[in-house]
Amino acid sequence: MKRFKRILERIVESILTVSGAVTTVTILLIIIFLFREGLGLFRSPAVEKGYALCVNSSNTVDHLNSHQIKEIFDYEIENWAELGGRDEAIEVFRFDEIFSRYTDEELGADYELLPDKLGEVITSSPGIIAFLPTQYLPQGMQGVKVLRSDRITPADFFGGRQWIPTATPAPQFGVLPLILGTLWVSIVAILIALPLGLGVAIYLSELAGQKMRKILKPTIELLAGIPSVVYGFFGLVVLVPLVQKTFGLPVGETGFTGSLILAIMALPTIITVAEDAMRSTPRAMREASLALGATHWQTIYKVIVPYAKSGISAAVVLGIGRAIGETMAVLMVTGNAAVMPRTLFEPLRTIPATIAAELGEAPAGGAHYQALFLLGCVLFFFTLLISVSAEAISKRNFNKGL
Amino acid sequence: MSKKTNQGIAFWIFRLLGLIVVGILIWILGFIVWNGIGVINWDFLTKAPTDGMTGGGIFPAIVGTCCLVVGSMVVAFPIGVMSAIYTTEYAGNGKIVRFIRIMTNNLSGIPSIIFGLFGMALFVNALGWGDSIIAGSFTLGLLVLPLVIRTTEEALMAIPDSFRTGSLALGATKLQTIRRVVLPMAFPNIVTGLILSIGRVSGETAPILFTVAAYFLPKLPTSIFDQVMALPYHLYVIATSGTDLEATRPIAYGTALVLIAIVLMMNLLASLLRRYFGKKVKTN
Repeated sequence: MKRFKRILERIVESILTVSGAVTTVTILLIIIFLFREGLGLFRSPAVEKGYALCVNSSNTVDHLNSHQIKEIFDYEIENWAELGGRDEAIEVFRFDEIFSRYTDEELGADYELLPDKLGEVITSSPGIIAFLPTQYLPQGMQGVKVLRSDRITPADFFGGRQWIPTATPAPQFGVLPLILGTLWVSIVAILIALPLGLGVAIYLSELAGQKMRKILKPTIELLAGIPSVVYGFFGLVVLVPLVQKTFGLPVGETGFTGSLILAIMALPTIITVAEDAMRSTPRAMREASLALGATHWQTIYKVIVPYAKSGISAAVVLGIGRAIGETMAVLMVTGNAAVMPRTLFEPLRTIPATIAAELGEAPAGGAHYQALFLLGCVLFFFTLLISVSAEAISKRNFNKGL
Repeated sequence: MSKKTNQGIAFWIFRLLGLIVVGILIWILGFIVWNGIGVINWDFLTKAPTDGMTGGGIFPAIVGTCCLVVGSMVVAFPIGVMSAIYTTEYAGNGKIVRFIRIMTNNLSGIPSIIFGLFGMALFVNALGWGDSIIAGSFTLGLLVLPLVIRTTEEALMAIPDSFRTGSLALGATKLQTIRRVVLPMAFPNIVTGLILSIGRVSGETAPILFTVAAYFLPKLPTSIFDQVMALPYHLYVIATSGTDLEATRPIAYGTALVLIAIVLMMNLLASLLRRYFGKKVKTN
């Protein structure tokens, strides 16, 4: 009986040990699944799945990257010479146009003659580039060359300045405008929140009486507890019109509105962490300063704040972390225009908001879906970087305290 | 200017900043309560939405949120408590426990939208559960895991070592000590953590966007593989995609008020419990 009990105990203890690894396992799983889906993007062709680009076989160009394709179909590039080919005007041909050139009878009842007719069109004009579904491709016809389409490269993704996931024939997955949007909104939010948060932290740790603490502490907890979608709703109904009126803008849904909401949301983090840091100032340092004749205020800004410097930096870093990852509130108030942000007073879009807004419409397994997961990877590394640096900063503080 | 006036000015500024923060909270809460209180009535809480979401109540969303709260707690609470028991009682103070703590910290720093992505990839697609309560519960459960672990750890660490050594000295094994002495004493604070987690889970939107939330689904779920509506998602949908603002705004205010009430009530309950049991443990 005793033996049985001991075995049971060992089993329970090993279960406990295994459960200790649960957070580590979760993080690993998150990494694995984000990357498994996300890295697939770099195996996707630049042209939409199920479609191909054809040119006349006399054309010397035989592959195009996604940016070039987009420029061609936007009529930004109009001559093959710009792409390293002959001096020949580009003629853009979209699949639908075949129906205006030929009647239904000419194409056959089940469109079985469609590939031949497409082939005719392509052979007859030397400057043509045709965007066709692969099922109607005029394969093996003389005079037709199917362009080898480049894959989407990391350079396209990380260096691209355009995020147009629904563009045909070549969707653009340039992440730069989203990264910039995220950083702008978050950093401005911290710039707004920092003076306020630091002031409140000083007030709480140094000046506030019992009564005021009893009001302020729960206030901060409540601010931290309000769900982000409620902040978003508040921002949408109150701040958006306010910003629009105050700055005389055409729309109130701007990056700045997002920064305002994020500033409020980051306040609890900044206040709590900074206050903890200031409270940990050794009593001896305070008293030494006061004994030397410094006023309380001089002690605060010459002794306590410098002492708590790394704790305050950690507060800033954590605040930025909270702001960068925030999804719903930002989604609801920033207007969601995926363009390179020039000023904060126009609509822009952040990484989390993009994921939330577009994942629902992206078919699973497609390039768009994979691009959104890759965005998730980028975001994941941002926040990991932030966690690690906050950890490093507060460790520095700890060593100094010894 | 003398040192004293400097100090006076600075301190007044700080006092003002403190008041501003209180003011912001009152502004937000006051705004929602003021606009939402008129909408709340029995029908609003117990009827399904009607007329293309421009009328009726939010009952299915309330039920959905309750399902998700229960589901995510079933996922997160046992494993979180066990994990915390391991780190505080067994792991000692070595490298392993430091590593686990860092990982828990990192997990709590991961944005909620990433959990949404992950939940969609693993639970909805790879495991084939589809958009369902179970997929959403697992996603939310993992999200709230660090909070459960941290509050449980704090509760366990608050128990003085003398109780443990006393029990061990009487011949109890380590596991018996944990089960009969440490856990019962820490129980109230563990429950406090559970309540805080419920508050957190019921307000999260981003993780459920792609794992469970339904845009409009007036019937109640019958199994864990059903989709449900949820309060936070309902608020998002009503606030952003309605065309008839005059009809949907009141519903949005009402939904926001119900959501805030649930979340804040949980926080309040947790802090009351903490205070109550805090006193009780001290007098022991």
